[in-house]
Amino acid sequence: MSLPKHMLKMALLLGAFTVIGAGMVALTHDATAERIAIEERATLLRTLNSLVPPTLHDNDISTDIITVASKEFLGTDQPVTVYRARLKGTPVAAIMSPIAPDGYSGAIKLLVAVRHDGTLSGVRVITHHETPGLGDAIEIERSGWITGFNGKSLSNPDDAGWRVKKDGGVYDQFTGATITPRAVVKAVHKCLQYFAANRETIFASRPTEVNPHGK
Amino acid sequence: MANNDSTSDYSEITRNGLWDNNPALVQILGLCPLLAVSGTVINGLGLGIATLVTLVLSNAVVSLIRHQVKPDVRIPVFVVVIASIVTAIELAMNAYVHDLYLVLGIFIPLIVTNCSVLGRAEAFASKTTVGRAALDGFTMGLGFLAVLVVLGGLREALGKGTLLSQAHLMFGEGAKWMTITLVDDYRGFLFALLPPGAFIGLGLLIALKNVIDARRKQRRGAAAHHREGGNVAMPVSAAGTTA
Repeated sequence: MSLPKHMLKMALLLGAFTVIGAGMVALTHDATAERIAIEERATLLRTLNSLVPPTLHDNDISTDIITVASKEFLGTDQPVTVYRARLKGTPVAAIMSPIAPDGYSGAIKLLVAVRHDGTLSGVRVITHHETPGLGDAIEIERSGWITGFNGKSLSNPDDAGWRVKKDGGVYDQFTGATITPRAVVKAVHKCLQYFAANRETIFASRPTEVNPHGK
Repeated sequence: MANNDSTSDYSEITRNGLWDNNPALVQILGLCPLLAVSGTVINGLGLGIATLVTLVLSNAVVSLIRHQVKPDVRIPVFVVVIASIVTAIELAMNAYVHDLYLVLGIFIPLIVTNCSVLGRAEAFASKTTVGRAALDGFTMGLGFLAVLVVLGGLREALGKGTLLSQAHLMFGEGAKWMTITLVDDYRGFLFALLPPGAFIGLGLLIALKNVIDARRKQRRGAAAHHREGGNVAMPVSAAGTTA
């Protein structure tokens, strides 16, 4: 067999296996896509419901959403999702997803739930890259630190109190990790300021259309 | 390698995968996921099972197509086969064990780059029957899984003072009772959870295996000596120092 002919044959062989492999992946994707979407939604809902208990609202938080952007107050110039909780049409709380850009190892993604009256209903960390065993105490699974925000607001404590204790504020730092809680406290504080300034717009805006399949 | 499907042949494949040629302790392959995910028993178990399924399927498929694949393109074809299988497993885990999928994250797709998978396809599965290839994948996977779980247990116990924490990620909410707290109010030993702890832990396991192997060899040597020399006192062997 001549060389070009041989090369062509090998290329076709490899191509055939690639098509079979891609076909197999496509079939699996097709079979699991629906279930994955359900699981992702369930995970999101579980987190949202832990921040604003289902007894306090009657709308579907995960679809009543808008996006807002504010580099100064929400930590990123990308649009940030806001989930809105209502009871019989009356605004109950907003769950915002700001970013603390100045963690020890990059950005910390948060969920901050603020009641309509401006008090915090709860804060959770979604993703972070902080040091295991030191900075990761911000996770609810590892310590109760993050629940220290519950019930706090812009006036409780005052501006000077919105710092870690080392900086003269009211929030604990961790042994061996001050940068991480400092970043989270700052991001939550800024988020509260954003909420106070934009509360009416946040609840009045028409919800963004959600496509269940992402894009 | 003789291609006989006898029982002794199967038991040799099994012993190879689990002990004599263990992918993690002897071949030292797949270190990246091994060191990164062995922080807890459950993480180790999750990645171990995913790797085991990958090995069985990829070995079986590679063996099935071994007559169609020409030597010139065998490596790219094997890579395509392995990548397809791993992607399918990743999708399945995302759908059926979603929480565990979130914890293991990037390390599931990275199974593609686990050298032991391509290594077994090339060195063993592409030259033998489907049954032998699948068994080899299974025992190699089991050997890898065992090391992941033991190392995970070692690091979790030292680092966090627990065993099987977050069992609910794998077995559902009803499995929370499985978590064992070894020491109440344990302050934690961070070093064991960080990568250096993984390296040292693996080093200790390899050393332990070498000691056991040396002991067994010594005992076998002594037994042989007894048969030949009758009532001769146990010889003092230097095998202990080789470990």
